[in-house]
Amino acid sequence: MTSFSSGLEGMRDGFRRASARRTSVLIGAFIGLVLLTVLDLVTGPSGMPLVDLWHGLLAGPAGNDRMVATILWQLRMPQTVMGVLVGACLGLAGLQMQTILGNPLASPFTLGFSAAAGFGAALAIMFGSLIPLPGFLVVPACAFAMTLVACGLVYLIARLRGSTPEILVLGGIAVLFFFQSLQSLLQFLASPEVLQQIVFWMFGSLLKSTWTSVAVTAAIACACLPFIARSTWALTTLRLGDANARSLGLSVENIRRHTFLIVALLTAAAVSFVGTIGFVGLIAPHVARALVGEDHRFSLPLAAVTGAIILIGASVFGKFISPAAVIPVGIITAVAGVPMLFAVIAKRGQGGMA
Amino acid sequence: MTMRLVLKDVVVQHDRTRVLSGVSASIAAGQIVGLIGPNGAGKSTLLNAIAGQSSSGGKILWCGKPVDMRKIGFMPQQCQVRAELSVLEVILLGRHEQLGWRIADETVGAASRILAFFGIGDLAARGMQTLSGGQQQLVLLAQRLLREPQLLLLDESTSALDVRHQMHVLNLLKDYVAATGALVLIAVHDLNLAARHSDTIMLLNGGRLVGHGTLATVITPDVLRSVYGIEAEFIPSSSGVPVILPLAPTLIQPETIKETR
Repeated sequence: MTSFSSGLEGMRDGFRRASARRTSVLIGAFIGLVLLTVLDLVTGPSGMPLVDLWHGLLAGPAGNDRMVATILWQLRMPQTVMGVLVGACLGLAGLQMQTILGNPLASPFTLGFSAAAGFGAALAIMFGSLIPLPGFLVVPACAFAMTLVACGLVYLIARLRGSTPEILVLGGIAVLFFFQSLQSLLQFLASPEVLQQIVFWMFGSLLKSTWTSVAVTAAIACACLPFIARSTWALTTLRLGDANARSLGLSVENIRRHTFLIVALLTAAAVSFVGTIGFVGLIAPHVARALVGEDHRFSLPLAAVTGAIILIGASVFGKFISPAAVIPVGIITAVAGVPMLFAVIAKRGQGGMA
Repeated sequence: MTMRLVLKDVVVQHDRTRVLSGVSASIAAGQIVGLIGPNGAGKSTLLNAIAGQSSSGGKILWCGKPVDMRKIGFMPQQCQVRAELSVLEVILLGRHEQLGWRIADETVGAASRILAFFGIGDLAARGMQTLSGGQQQLVLLAQRLLREPQLLLLDESTSALDVRHQMHVLNLLKDYVAATGALVLIAVHDLNLAARHSDTIMLLNGGRLVGHGTLATVITPDVLRSVYGIEAEFIPSSSGVPVILPLAPTLIQPETIKETR
């Protein structure tokens, strides 16, 4: 009997140790993100010593050193904060998408969201002057609205034909091609100047961020958080497979549809202001799962932090290699994402959701 | 009121084919019921219908009320898990509705105890995707028992287990029934396993319930011939339950071939 109870204690201790290890991974990743954020703030065309950064942060936007205050609070800070937000949104959205579709290749863009956002943006760039709204809001608003339209289309298909991963993916592919061809049409019709603007929007770049975009994105992300927190265990249970999850009393169809809406909102919030940023939403979930497994209490926050790390890392790297003309982060993440994806495939070739 | 599962004219159709036609039975709790029948007889369909996983006609009542998915235990046939979760985590998901951000020591303790009862405590920290099919089946069974269901529906849930584990699991189920007065409905192909471990046998054939009662009344050489199409010998054994030894498949009768033409 003593060996029985000591066996039980052993299991419980093992479980607690595993949880503690995951928590420390999470904390470690968070510290890494903070350090990268500081690095991002001190790099830029004009440079900034750490001391100045410290004083500038303490003094606030109305600090005495006008130059430091302006560079820090008006130029760099919105970009950095936006980078963290966008990376976190894409990481969260990516992990949830991979979970509900049970597919390691899924990303926030799998169901045609980025194509829809791109079309919305292109539409606004071409005809935006006809809409009675301040210019800097028209493009993001249209991109956001179009993403929700895409989401609505896929949702409708899922409602009619059932929310299985297959139906969602097929519907998503249809939506993807639909918006891509509309976008091609617009690009074909556009004048060279407008075409250039459209193409520039498509390269996701943090340069477009302002405090307004930060506020809107943060508000949407915060509004989604309670729903994500509430579905944490349901998402983990879903990973047992539909048959198991359903037999454990989980409403598989509902959780899939709700999560899908959350993913659409997070993605729309992430891409509407800064444009398409690929690979973050694909890679961050893989990294998170590899580090802490699929208990979504750990993997969701870690996917968010990892997404932010990748994006801020790309931003620092972009400023580092070309201080004068900052390379859009979207291009860097896309280029850097390919070897990362190869690494993920090589490391976990077979079995499970890689 | 005693717990009882009542089936009244249960009908299930897939497209236009009737896979279950008019199954009626009244089954008292506190026993293990073996659900047997040839391939395609409707065993899984019946379990799915009871568990509310598929739409069905007729009435299915547990304790006088429709079955509440959240309060019963159901283990479907195909349930391989390919997730990066440890065995203990998978067990804990058996109570996913009650879990919060922090898991209480008590819950972890209950999960560990179930694993120990199943004799798989050493697997607790292993990744689910590293287990064999039989080990996974044990884990998923243990997960269902963590829910402490009063009605437990098992579809071929011991099919991948070796002889020792089959006996161990069925003895566990027997103890569980004795301790809680629950009802266990288990679909099995192994006639000897059903004979040895169930209190009552339900025999399905062609979507109909063709036998319901004790072993001796349901499984007879005549029944095996007409339902399974086999000749079998019943050999008395020291356990008191005869061993069923299939000898040869009976030839398909020439008349039935003519009829189907």
